[in-house]
Amino acid sequence: MNGVHDCGGMDGLGPIRRVSNEPVFAHDWERRTFALMLVANANSYWNIDESRHFIERLDAVHYLQSTYYEHWIHSMEAMLIEKGVITQQEVDAKIAAFSAKQGTQQCR
Amino acid sequence: MSAHPRAHADDDEQGRPANHGHHHAPPEDILVRVRALEALLVEKGLVDPAAMDVLIDAYEHRIGPHIGASVVARAWTDPDFKARLLKDANLALEELDVSRLQSEDMIVLENTPEVHHVIVCTLCSCYPWGVLGLPPNWYKSPPYRSRVVREPRKVLQEFGCDVAPETEVRVWDSTAELRYMVLPERPAGTEGMTRHELAALVTRDSMLGVSKVAAPIEAATA
Repeated sequence: MNGVHDCGGMDGLGPIRRVSNEPVFAHDWERRTFALMLVANANSYWNIDESRHFIERLDAVHYLQSTYYEHWIHSMEAMLIEKGVITQQEVDAKIAAFSAKQGTQQCR
Repeated sequence: MSAHPRAHADDDEQGRPANHGHHHAPPEDILVRVRALEALLVEKGLVDPAAMDVLIDAYEHRIGPHIGASVVARAWTDPDFKARLLKDANLALEELDVSRLQSEDMIVLENTPEVHHVIVCTLCSCYPWGVLGLPPNWYKSPPYRSRVVREPRKVLQEFGCDVAPETEVRVWDSTAELRYMVLPERPAGTEGMTRHELAALVTRDSMLGVSKVAAPIEAATA
């Protein structure tokens, strides 16, 4: 499938930005996303090409504006739902519960 | 290497420019989403949080470019090993107990005064995890992926990597099944060095082909 991910040779994507002494993970959520993707797939729900294909299915504008591990979390969620491991309702409920909890914490 | 351009002060940790427009999903939403997904999978008994911690520790503390550097130092000091490494990297890496965690095939490319090899994954982020650990953000970014195949010499120049005009530049596009590592040129002035000392000179970027290994005197003053 062609798409914005297939960017070899494309012009206009901006300068290459490097960071000295970059940590392996910039944030804890990146750490958790990385490990979650690999450990969840100890159950062999998907293969590596399939997981990349789910990233390639992300909206093109979103793909370019979001970071690497954001691609991972969105594709992992979509894969788990499409494969029937979890449901959208379960994800939404959990997100609502955590959002509420976070809101309470911020009020303290 | 002071020639390396630094990221701008207003970039975030990802090397992503600040204030460049709207994000589809702001980081706060992402944070909640990650926690929610992890909690859901743990509750269902599909993920063991302890296994996650083991994996994180491995990639933050144990698996990284030092492994590739020891492979390079061995190849520089053991011609028979080097021959085996260039002929069949899978077998040669097994000799050194270097695992290929995503069960990919490996090819090691030797940089010489005649040919300079550079590695990319234009479609995504394929990278030789077993020898280099996880890739830096620039390697996974569309600007590197798009440009290095179109204007490799210019990109190398930006990385501070001088490649002579008469040297051929070859760019290798990695896939999930086949990944590459560069065997950089051994710098002059390292004849008496031990394998351990040599390994300390070898950088991640030199094993990707976007830089060369500096001679010890340069390395000491860089």
